[in-house]
Formats: sequence, structure tokens, C-alpha cells
Amino acid sequence: MNEKPFAITLDVGTSLANKTGTWRVERPVYVDRLPPCSGACGAGEDIQGWLYLAEGGDYEGAWRRIMDDNPLPAVMGRACFHPCETECNRVHVDEAVGINSVERFLGDRAIDEGWLPDPPKAATGRRVLVVGSGPGGLSAAYHLRRRGHAVTVMEAAPKPGGMMRYGIPEYRLPRPVVQAEIERIVATGVELVCDAPVTDVVAAMADGGYEAAFVAVGAQLGRGASIPAGDSARVLDAVALLRTAAGGDAPMLGRHVVVYGGGDTAMDAARTARRLGATDAVVVYRRTRDRMPAHDEEVTEAVEEGVRMRWLSTVSEAGDGALTIEKMELDDRGFPQPTGEFEQLEADALVLALGQQADLRLLAGLPDVTVAGGVVEVAESMMTGQPGVFAGGDAVAGDRTLTVAVGHGRRAARAIDAWLRGEPDPTPTPLPPATADRLNPWYYSDASKTVRPHLEAARRRSTFDEVVGGLDESNALYEARRCLSCGNCFECDNCYGVCPDNAVIKLGVGERYRFDYDYCKGCGICAQECPCGAIDMIPEPT
Amino acid sequence: MTAARQPVKFYQVGSFAVGNRLLEPAERTVQAGPDRRNSLNSGHRACQGCGEALGARYALDAAMRATAGRLVAVNATGCLEVFSTPYPETSWQIAWLHSLFGNAPAVAAGVAAALRVKGRGDVRVIGQAGDGGTVDIGFGCLSGMFERNDDVLFICYDNEAYMNTGVQRSSATPPAARTATTEAVGPQPGNPFGQGKDLPRLAMAHEIPYVATATVADLHDLEAKVERAMAVHGSRYLHILVPCPLGWEAAPCDTILLARLAAETGLFPVFEAEHGEVVAVSKIRRQRPVEDYLVRQGRFKHLFDETGAPARPDVIGRLQAMADRSIARYGLVDDEPGA
Repeated sequence: MNEKPFAITLDVGTSLANKTGTWRVERPVYVDRLPPCSGACGAGEDIQGWLYLAEGGDYEGAWRRIMDDNPLPAVMGRACFHPCETECNRVHVDEAVGINSVERFLGDRAIDEGWLPDPPKAATGRRVLVVGSGPGGLSAAYHLRRRGHAVTVMEAAPKPGGMMRYGIPEYRLPRPVVQAEIERIVATGVELVCDAPVTDVVAAMADGGYEAAFVAVGAQLGRGASIPAGDSARVLDAVALLRTAAGGDAPMLGRHVVVYGGGDTAMDAARTARRLGATDAVVVYRRTRDRMPAHDEEVTEAVEEGVRMRWLSTVSEAGDGALTIEKMELDDRGFPQPTGEFEQLEADALVLALGQQADLRLLAGLPDVTVAGGVVEVAESMMTGQPGVFAGGDAVAGDRTLTVAVGHGRRAARAIDAWLRGEPDPTPTPLPPATADRLNPWYYSDASKTVRPHLEAARRRSTFDEVVGGLDESNALYEARRCLSCGNCFECDNCYGVCPDNAVIKLGVGERYRFDYDYCKGCGICAQECPCGAIDMIPEPT
Repeated sequence: MTAARQPVKFYQVGSFAVGNRLLEPAERTVQAGPDRRNSLNSGHRACQGCGEALGARYALDAAMRATAGRLVAVNATGCLEVFSTPYPETSWQIAWLHSLFGNAPAVAAGVAAALRVKGRGDVRVIGQAGDGGTVDIGFGCLSGMFERNDDVLFICYDNEAYMNTGVQRSSATPPAARTATTEAVGPQPGNPFGQGKDLPRLAMAHEIPYVATATVADLHDLEAKVERAMAVHGSRYLHILVPCPLGWEAAPCDTILLARLAAETGLFPVFEAEHGEVVAVSKIRRQRPVEDYLVRQGRFKHLFDETGAPARPDVIGRLQAMADRSIARYGLVDDEPGA
């Protein structure tokens, strides 16, 4: 007996019986790629990761994500030269995301709110010595302490911080910020001893029962130059100038100050000279601005403050109240060559900023440790030739920045931890890069970068007040939301929405999505329309 | 009168994407919802990257939300009907009816009348068809439905030819496009200039309450228009551009890209009209020349050489002139940037 309606012989079936996944020759897969910001970060921060949290207003979560890699966010948010922003893919849409200013906002918020790092893991009973309490040493100490080791930091100076206290001028990095972040590290249980210079690292290790050491003594010695100088000529070293200025014991420089060199230290010295009363601060550099090692924003800010630049010039003689400079010209290979043309320049003082080197006498006598060109040679794991002795920061080859030093400390801590356990250095394989051509920028609305309010140029010449202001919360949120999330899913639902076959399954907040390969036909719309390039099409496995 | 969709007033990641975790749930699209209806379910036999399958799900899911599920859809013959209902299977998860190729507007009007007679005025009716069923074969019925102001939203999923039967020209096929019946031969290859119909403007000429165009490239806009249409009674018409990888000879992954380019070149103006008057247009965000749209489609490949350089600048120029005319007609580009 047929109970179906007239002319109907089959029950209504669902098209779910038709597994269209069999049509597929390519399949979409979700991938995570390394965003260019993180790739460029000397400290190895997961920048996209913490911006993602900050975008949603979870500032503490964002700060903790930074703290996983870098224990000095408020310092970094001021003194880092942010190579992350140089590499940011958003420049192809409008301007780079102001990563550095968001980091500063988060760092300041953490200090204001008194957020503390996660407590260390259970004590391992292993003891590690860190020599130097600059950014590299503190970073290593923090990361070792997190892993449960007992850490002692020995600092030669009366106060901790290294170049953060005695090198970078106050107007770029206010000392209360440095102090707050150091105290927070110490509070995790790191033992910090000041006025404790280490002259022989192996002896110090033996004395204190340390099984490993991290040497981060910085590059404290100014490189000299053989410039003929008259008896009454005043010649100073830039590192010493910055150190004494930071100590509140400002030297008398006179009205006309010439700084010789083209690096960040030269800029800091010239800007400091202006603040110490020099009416005329001139930077003499043997090449041209584009070849200057100083970071662009330092040069720009110095010029804004009235520092004059003399390109293509060398100092040939220093006399009383004046010095002789020789004009140079670049040869075919871009090297400066003397022209034989001389000029007089008024100068009450000459400040030499011709590079710095590390005082590595504490490693002397170790046969397997190689010191060359003022730096100590280290392996990828940051270990020197002496087993158990690691080194980083300005004492090893590489960019001499705060950021790189923090990164060295983190890397060394990871390697020391493995070394203590007798395991090989666990260097993670980096993800493939999230390049701009993988993005679909259509989906991002246009939004220009929030420019941090700069102090009036006139005001900053006379004081050591901080030059660059911070963002308020609404600005910081706006800035964080400009992140394109390159190469990492940010759960925009685009793949879920654009699939003509409903073959993307939404797993819920934080869980991302899954492809339903029973029905996915492999058309590739999801990959093409993914804003951040987090989907690849790969050949269907056979 | 303002546009159905308010522009994004904040700057943030993925402002134009389907969803955004930073938005209030009510501000997110229907498609972003974990519990969306999926009116057209998986397992349908549409080609890879089918724009029509996508457009139909977008429109019907939005309509289902707007009517709280009290909805009947009447379908003309065409791809959408064939790929969704090979007997005894169906992909439809809504009340759905198919009769003939040419009579969908009349059947939809009849369903609306029957519901009214039965006192079920709360149940709304959508008629839907491809461009063949709307612009050509169903046009007499559609015009009658408009003229009587029957309470139906009629949706045309326009893929610009008869794709189901093998890519024959329709009166919605653009000039110069190659189809099986307008081969790319002779001095004026492809579909001739000066023919075809502009159905949104014909619908406006009936002075029905609501006429709008949309593409599958702008989901926020499409959903807002469906929602607005369902808030109005009487005859309404929505014309959605749905690229067809098969008939346009384009990569399946380019479906949304092509819809976006159609709008951004000005070839497909996106606007809304009420009672015969245009009330809102979607401004072109980043204007592109028509070549960018044409060069990605095999149906226009006779206009380019093997390297992708224009081989028929005269024909491309005429298509650009069409785009420029529609930009001028609807005011798709602001004279002052940023205004």
C-alpha cells in the first residue's frame, strides 16, 4: 500500500547524502605564519598575539603575553627603535601600526595597576650567576627565575639598570620607569647585588656555587681616537658624558660643543649637551646622513632641538676654543676620502662618540673563550667557548640595542635551562613569514596612525622631561585595532561566511574553525578572501 | 532617506569581513552566527566556487531571520533549482516550491494570495530565479507581479547567462562577453553592444516600494537590503550579482573578487530605490579600470593578448564608457576624495 502522495515514490532526502568533498583536487588548511613585526623584533615578542588581546580591551592579558618574552615593556615602549614598525605590513594599506606606543601604554598600565608577573615554577635548586644588570642581564635573570632557578645578579655600578640608567638619557627614558620594572623583576625572587664588580667569572662562579653564568656587562668603554689636541683642549668621551649626566653630576661643557661620531650615542650626547646649556651643538660625521648608523627618529628629534650636523667631515685637530675639521668626499665605493680642505669650527669641548667596546677582563685567562674586536664570540645558544658561561647584549656581536639585549637574555635563559638539565639547546624552528602579498587588505578599513604627542621642541631643549608622550586608552585601543593580524587567524568569520558549501565549522571564541572535508569542494574562496593570509591551498593527498 | 546599511564608524581589524569578535552580537552579520539557518545546505551540486549558491544562502538566511522563519520561497527553473534538488534529495532547509521556468513570479504571487486568504498574512513570500528566469522568460509574470504590487520579494541571482543549459546568452549578458550563442568571432566578437535589459531600472519604472542591487562581495550591504525589503509590504525587487566560474571562465576562488571588481569598476552599480527613486548608493571605495575586471575572465579573453595586455582597446573603451556612465548616473564616485 503506497501511502505517499500522488506520483511520489521516494521519501524526501537531504543533500547531505551527497559528499561533495570527493570533487576536491586541492584542500584548504589553516596555517599560522610569522608576522613581519615578530620576525623583526630583537626581543622575539609575539606582537600580533598581544595586540590581539589588547584589541579586545584585555590589557592585562596583552601585558602578560609581552612578559612571556620581555620583562621590560614600559622601558621597551620608550627606548626601542621599533624595527617591528619598519617591517609592518600595514604600510601597504596606510601606515605602520604604532606597536611601540601600544607597548608603552600596556607597560605603563601595568606599573599603575601594580600587575605582577606569574609566579616562578617550583624551585630547581640550581644556581645561576648573571653579571650585569642591564637589559640583557635582567632579561636573563627574569627568564631563569621563571623557570625556577636561583639567580644572583652582580652589578658593578651603585645602582642597577646598566645602559638603561647610565647610557640612555632621561628625556628618552625616565628613571622611575626603569626603577619600577627592575623592582618587579627583583620581586620575583631574583637576588640583585650592586657595587659588586666581577673580575673573574670562573672564580665568582666557584665562590658562589653557581653552575652557569650569563655575562652581560655591556659596552661601557668609549673608543678613543688619535686626534692631536692642544693642552687646553677639552676632549670628553660620550659614554662618560652620558653616565655623569645621568648621575646628576653634569660636567661644564661651554657654549660650543662638537660631538664627533654618527651613532645613537652621538645624538644622545649632542641632545644632552643642549640640555646642559650648550647654545651650539654640532655633530661632525665623516659620511652622509643616509649612511649614519643612528636611528632616523633620533636624528630627526636632534635636528628639531637645534642640533646642527656637519656631514662629510673629520676632526683633524682640537685646540683651545676651536678645532680644525677636514672636508671629506665619498669615493665610488661610498667610503669617505680626505679632500685636503680644512676649516675652523668653534668648540669649547669635543665629545668623542666613535663607538664603544665591552670590558671583558672577567673572561681573561679562559683558554676556550675568544674575544675579538671588543666582543666575545658565542654560539647560537649564546654560550661562549667555556662550558656553562654564556654571554649576550652589547658584549657580543650584533645590533647594540636594548631590544637585542633583552632577546639575548631570553635566548640565553632558555639555553642555560637546557644546559643545566643536560639537554641540547631547544632552538625553535621559525614559522614561514606572513608576507604582504598573502593579505587581502580590502577587508581592513583605512585608518592612519595615531601620532604620539611630541613635547614642544622649545621646551625639551632646556629640560630632561620625556620627549615623546604616551597614548591614552582610546588611542591605544584604536592603534591596536589597526593590526592586520598577518598570517594568524583573528576569527573574523570570513571563511565561515564565504564558503558556498557551508564547509567551514565555527568552533567558538578562541577555538577558530575547522574545515568539513566531507563537503568542501576545494574552490579556494576562503583562502583567497582570508584577510590575513591564514589559509593555504594544498594539493589533495592521494 | 538613508541607506539600509550604516557605514562602519570605527576603525578596526576586518571592518568589512563577515564577522568581528569586537562587535556586539546584534551588529554582526547573520552569516557570522554559529546558529545561522543554512537555508541552502551542504551537498548541493553547484560548481566549485558558485556565486549563486552563496548569494542564495546569504539572502535567504537573512530573510529567515527577518521573518523569524515564517517564509516560503518559490523558485524558477535554473541552476539554483537543478543543483539543489536532484530528486529525491533537497538542500533546502526552508519551505520551498518549484513550478516552471517562466512562472515563478506568478506562483509566488499566488502563494501570497493563498496565505492571505487562509489568514496567514504573517508568512512572507520570496520568489527567486536566475537572470534567465527573471529578465527573459519570467519577465511577463514579473512585470505583472510588480504592476499588481503583490506582496512578494523577488530576488534575481544574476550570473549574466543561461549557465545551467550550457552558457547561452541572456538579456542580462554584458556586451562583448563570449557565450555559446555569442561566440568570440568576427569584427565585433561576443555579445553585441546595444542590446539587453537593465532590470533594476525596469523594476523602478513600475514604481514598486523597494528596488535594490547587491553583490556577493558585500555581505553587510546584502543582508541589510534583505532585512529592509522584508520590513516592507508590496512588491520588492532585489538584484544580486553572482559570478559564475563556469560561464565566466574564471577561477573558482575568484568569485567574490570578481563581484567586488564589478562594483568597484562601476560596471555593476550598487544602489537602493524606493517608489521609483534612487535613495542610496554604495560609493566606490577604490575605483578600478574595467580591464582589471575583464582580464580575469575567459569570456572576455578575446579582448586581450596572451600576456594580458589589451588587444581590443576599442571594445574595452566602450565597456569603460558604460562603467563611466553608470558612475555618473548613480554618483558612485565622490568628486572630492574623502568627502
